[in-house]
Amino acid sequence: MSDYDIINTRAVRVDASDKVRGLALYVDDMKMPGMLYGALLQSPLAHAEIVGIDTSAALRLPGVKAVVTSKDAGLVKFGVSPARYDETVFCHDRVRHVGDNIAAVAAIDLDTAMEAVSLIKVEYRELPAVFTVEEAMAEGAPVLHEAYPRNVTAQVHDEFGDVEAAFAQCDLIKTGSLVNKRQDAAFIEPQGCIASFDFSGNLILYSSTQVPHYLQRIVAMVLGLPVGKVRVIKPYVGGGFGPKAATNHMELAACLLSMKSGKPVKMNFDRRQVFMHGRSRHQFFHTMTTGVKKDGTIMALKHECYLNGGAYSSFGIATVYYAGSLLGGPYKLPAMKYDGYRVFTNLPACGAQRGHGGVIARACWEQQLDMIADELGMDPIELRLKNMMTAGDMTCNYLDMSSLGMKECVEAVRDRSGWESKKGKLPPGKGIGMSCGFFVSGAGYPIYRSDTYHGTVIIKLTEDGGTALVYTASAEIGQGSDTAFAMIAAEAIGIPMECVRLESGDTDFGMDLGAYSSRQTLMTGLATKEAGEDIKRQVLEVLSEELHVPVEDMDIKKGLVVFKKETPDISGLRTRYIKEHRGWTDNPSLEEPLSFKEASRMAFLARGSIVGTGKYKPPVLGGGHKGAAVGTSPAYGCSAQVVELSVDEGTGKINIEKMTDAHDCGLAINRTSVESQMIGSLSMGLGEALYEEVKFDDKGRVLNDDLAEYKIPRALDMPDVDPVIIESNEPNGPFGAKEVGEGAIMPAIPAILNAVYDAIGVRVFELPLKPERVYMAIKEYKLKKEKER
Amino acid sequence: MKKLIRVTVNDVRYEVAVKPNQTLVDMIRYDLGLTGTKNGCGEGDCGACTVILDGTPVNSCLVLAMQADGRTITTIEGVEGEKGLHPLQKAFIEKGAVQCGFCTPGMVLSAKSVLDENPAPSEEEIREGISGNLCRCTGYLQIIDAVKSVGK
Ligand code: FES
Ligand code: FES
Repeated sequence: MSDYDIINTRAVRVDASDKVRGLALYVDDMKMPGMLYGALLQSPLAHAEIVGIDTSAALRLPGVKAVVTSKDAGLVKFGVSPARYDETVFCHDRVRHVGDNIAAVAAIDLDTAMEAVSLIKVEYRELPAVFTVEEAMAEGAPVLHEAYPRNVTAQVHDEFGDVEAAFAQCDLIKTGSLVNKRQDAAFIEPQGCIASFDFSGNLILYSSTQVPHYLQRIVAMVLGLPVGKVRVIKPYVGGGFGPKAATNHMELAACLLSMKSGKPVKMNFDRRQVFMHGRSRHQFFHTMTTGVKKDGTIMALKHECYLNGGAYSSFGIATVYYAGSLLGGPYKLPAMKYDGYRVFTNLPACGAQRGHGGVIARACWEQQLDMIADELGMDPIELRLKNMMTAGDMTCNYLDMSSLGMKECVEAVRDRSGWESKKGKLPPGKGIGMSCGFFVSGAGYPIYRSDTYHGTVIIKLTEDGGTALVYTASAEIGQGSDTAFAMIAAEAIGIPMECVRLESGDTDFGMDLGAYSSRQTLMTGLATKEAGEDIKRQVLEVLSEELHVPVEDMDIKKGLVVFKKETPDISGLRTRYIKEHRGWTDNPSLEEPLSFKEASRMAFLARGSIVGTGKYKPPVLGGGHKGAAVGTSPAYGCSAQVVELSVDEGTGKINIEKMTDAHDCGLAINRTSVESQMIGSLSMGLGEALYEEVKFDDKGRVLNDDLAEYKIPRALDMPDVDPVIIESNEPNGPFGAKEVGEGAIMPAIPAILNAVYDAIGVRVFELPLKPERVYMAIKEYKLKKEKER
Repeated sequence: MKKLIRVTVNDVRYEVAVKPNQTLVDMIRYDLGLTGTKNGCGEGDCGACTVILDGTPVNSCLVLAMQADGRTITTIEGVEGEKGLHPLQKAFIEKGAVQCGFCTPGMVLSAKSVLDENPAPSEEEIREGISGNLCRCTGYLQIIDAVKSVGK
């Protein structure tokens, strides 16, 4: 099928057997001698002044080894973007949401730590709180952070092209909206960590993080330690999806407690705390106006969005930009205006979640495009194909489509779903809908301004020559990155997968920005490829000196040295090798071809340890406008989806029957992993479309803070899925590869919205599509129809 | 006050001193060191802590350690046989049913219970049998596929 030996196959995951045997270690599976257990004191109130904190009773409790508050932690501000550092480890004057952090305790066991927490007395003076965007932006509303009047933490005002002039040329202009509810990432492993500070001043933090590098920097910055004294190690992580991509207070508290007690300290969130910490998908209020010509040519988009951000900025400044900029593609759109506002409220902060910032915007627009197609009497697929960008196009907001298999995706889902025989032809109550999706393949810039490499990789050959050890600080969080990089390394060197051993997730291994913005396959992948090629070059150089064959006339393939011209006499070299291995039973016979193992052993004898390095940073990307960095990427992934469903008109209940999904991932490094990411994304999109919603009471407390009341899809809820891999061969990616992890969620919600319309003839503009909401929509529609009669 | 209980876990007999309010998942993970059993919620909602207790799959976070006194437990560490991996474990690996892996031990044990009960389950029965095990990564289809491929 392809010219590759390793990549583009269905190789089994390198971590799978440890995981099915229960041997893979996650942070709470680890234990250290003398380890203490920590617990957090978190605010029961949504907004209050802290009048006093009394920790004396907690300190007196037998078994308590350390208590820390803002007095110990200091007031160094941190967050995600340096432009919006607005959090401290512990609150000292004010709490801004239920769950805001006040103090932490380390004790000999968890029960003692929790009891000590309950003994800390905090005197509060309650303040009025705001929970909705309207309340927060109202005249005279309480302000959460003084620097941001009307609680607007970030705003974006962008115009590309001349929107008004474009609207003047339009035959049809349509305005509509969509609002979702706050979501929770609902990874099955709650956040956890172990901090261990030793008497030489070195701090090791084991954490369930997606971003060891950023965590290392924030820990060093907040605690005043040299970066080189802080090592972050990410063991196996039980899913992240975004919220684990930011430093949390518990990680910093554990470090402080370890520094104060001199012992390792373990801390975990329980499921309630996962919800109270939040940092998942925002609630978005989108309003969009799209103008088209009679023939369906899209001319302009005017877009306004408000985000309920919660009490801190977290990723929010990027979120509000992404919510606008990702609509630049995949359609040819000459003019786009965007006004976005992210607003503080007294709720847990929102942050990044799979499809960061773009998911609800995409859903809103793709539903609107469907409505436009309907009004123009066009098939929705025809409208989309008519406006599709292709490779080489540049969006109006300067996103460069270096590859784009969008058309192929649309055609694939159209043909495989049987669209033409179904669209408009299904009985009432049954519907079919489609949508496209579009996402970055890695953020073009790091979160803090820097010329840093985004990823470095080291490969060292074992001195016996048999094994390539790959070291990367990238983060395997379940998506399969370790396997992808092991495959890339093997392919680049020319050896079987069994000869590669990979270690990742440790800041001592180098620089890597981590798992977010779907960046690792492309960025860490390129660094891995470069390191592998470096290894191959060094080994071949030594061979060239030994055998007097030019390097370019040799290669390594499937673990053997390939001589492209005539085969030289290798007997001298082999005899040396065999002499070294007297008594070994696996020595090669004289006729066998020269192996990589022998060659790399010769390389070691000639040069010492053979170490190859690779690095990657994107070129300068994007336009010169403010915020241009957000949305730029060295490549863009795209997708299309067709959903078939039925709606019970009596109850409003939706049953998703089939999803046909195509994703352009450039080139599939691992075909099984690509399909896994597609199906996983779809299930998350399905949950968000149909039922996921974090609910609060009127005091700002999460009402459904468990996995029974916060419903995510179960095995019974998943429809049949037909995943189709489209490979457009991305010039900026390793072997042509680009993202799949997040972009695949993009079309799920709008395809469902459009299919619901096809089934019942009503558009719904609020998520999730709970039975009550759908039922009410059907009822309203019927009433309206009757009146019209 | 701690009380001494006797349990057989993966064919090994243990005597463990447990607290009256201690959960079984806690005992398995921290007293026996069998950390393959996971804790995702502690309240019976996710299935990550699934173990087989006297032949029945249970959420070990909802069972008190005391209640296991005199009983027999299989955890993920006890699924593989002397000849290597259980067919289900192999199928999970081959079908891409594993991503982050946090749900995997519980999933394998629930699936094993389905197959122990009925070696030829229908897809509906498989889905039903693992419906108490949440997985946020895979969307379940490759897991269902894996179980199907073992059932005959
Ligand atoms: S940990 Fe027991 S069901 Fe979630
Ligand atoms: S594989 Fe991650 S929760 Fe199932």
